[in-house]
Amino acid sequence: MNPFAYSRPTDIDAALTQIAANGAGDTALPSTAGPTPVPDLAPAVNAATPAAANQYEVRFVAGGTNLLDLLKEGVMVAPKLVDINRLPLDRIEETPDGGLLLGALARNADTAYHPLVKERYPLLADAILAGASPQLRNMASNGGNLLQRTRCYYFYDVATPCNKRTPGAGCSAIGGVTRQHAILGTSEHCIATHPSDMCVALAALEAVVHVQSARGKRQIPFAEFHRLPGDRPDIDTTLAPDELITHIALPPAPQFAGHSAYLKLRERLSYAFALASVAAALDIAEDGTIRAARIAVGGVAHKPWRIPQVEAMLQGQRPSDEVFGRVAEALLSGAVGRGSNNFKIPLARNAIVRALHVASRGTVTNWNVSTETNEGENQ
Amino acid sequence: MQAPERHPLTITVNGREHTLELEAWVTLLDLLRERLGLTGTKKGCDQGQCGACTVLVDGRRINSCLTLAVMQDGRSVTTIEGLAQGDQLHPLQQAFVEHDAFQCGYCTPGQICSAVGLINEGQAKCSAEVRELMSGNVCRCGAYPQILRAVSQVAGIAPDSENAEHAVVTGTVPA
Repeated sequence: MNPFAYSRPTDIDAALTQIAANGAGDTALPSTAGPTPVPDLAPAVNAATPAAANQYEVRFVAGGTNLLDLLKEGVMVAPKLVDINRLPLDRIEETPDGGLLLGALARNADTAYHPLVKERYPLLADAILAGASPQLRNMASNGGNLLQRTRCYYFYDVATPCNKRTPGAGCSAIGGVTRQHAILGTSEHCIATHPSDMCVALAALEAVVHVQSARGKRQIPFAEFHRLPGDRPDIDTTLAPDELITHIALPPAPQFAGHSAYLKLRERLSYAFALASVAAALDIAEDGTIRAARIAVGGVAHKPWRIPQVEAMLQGQRPSDEVFGRVAEALLSGAVGRGSNNFKIPLARNAIVRALHVASRGTVTNWNVSTETNEGENQ
Repeated sequence: MQAPERHPLTITVNGREHTLELEAWVTLLDLLRERLGLTGTKKGCDQGQCGACTVLVDGRRINSCLTLAVMQDGRSVTTIEGLAQGDQLHPLQQAFVEHDAFQCGYCTPGQICSAVGLINEGQAKCSAEVRELMSGNVCRCGAYPQILRAVSQVAGIAPDSENAEHAVVTGTVPA
């Protein structure tokens, strides 16, 4: 690793004072980054934005599980590292409305195994446990999970050009090996995917990201937190360069807890990034019809892929693989393969159908397996 | 040339307290191996993909290659060297010997520290879950069946058990 300055503040204000050196970036950064049927989706970044997001002067470190890796490889540069692990942001608290407030510094493992997370948001618990390894989940923070970088091999290989590392350098993935790359929301500048499992569930659960800077506090709806690459693939999120994630708020979602599923498809059974993953949650009425649905897809885009208008297609429907298939087609509308990732289009389609199918029958988690048969009429 | 800035660090390793001054960019793994001479903890990939560097910090297993030593100021670290009581092997060490749970042995210190962490966590209820929760430790020689048996035995879990109520590998759903 290249040398860097290190400090370890114990209160939030001291940490924010240090990170303020990065400047606010483009404070007018539009927050409209969502996969909708409109083609040009990347929030614009104006020219006042500091050079590359990889080159900020000051960087927070929490779990370190991705940042230290990137610093060793020279992919990211951090002249000043501010260790935020002693800030009082590691709690998981109930909110009066029946939701939960996840501290940004609560560890992924503690979050996934928390009794209230398991009870109220089994989808989130299962998604977290599907990611990384037990050691990494013991280290990784909730805030850091949101800010992890793509695992695109060209992004990591500093010998190849990459627009995410160096804006304007070119994209080596386009025309290269694309097995893990995006099929939706790409641009001519970047086809990287966001690697998180946790974020796919947070997108489906409509989490809200609470952030703070020396300028004040604000809340970012999850759908607006991650960006599509557009012409600034170096900027992954709408978090300003001087902001700290303090909490992730989960709105109450008891209507989905009984019918949710996280399905992850990968190269090996465990400890691998998703080729495609699906967070599915259904609210099913007494008469068996669907009142509401949430579907987010991971491993296919620069952010968890979710289209509320497509979810609305399920309202009033009875669960069936036929209707789930139509939803999958609509969700993947416009998907483009680039050779070695062509397989992701049918893979994602079938994963969406299967996740919805399983969710329709109950919640299948690692601690509470539905005993219902899978030989149903809608198989 | 100016000497690099050093940061004060107090860290307990295998019950012994060390007070040091250290450059910020030294990982916990490099502190253990290069500064404290505890070479039992192995450097495999040095990027969190193999688990060979697994140690316990305050009883929790982590990858020591992905944390800075200064971030662990005030913590208590246990490495493979700290598990035996004199000549008395830790039950997991003994089980690895009895089950022939290694070939080259390079991953073994990380496997054993990871297994200690797994048992501390108490989440594994059947051998399928032991396998899943040991997935952060890669064995190039492929001694997985023996490792699984050794860890399951010490965890008090029947070998080759699939808990009927917990038969799902996380992130998958029934076909």
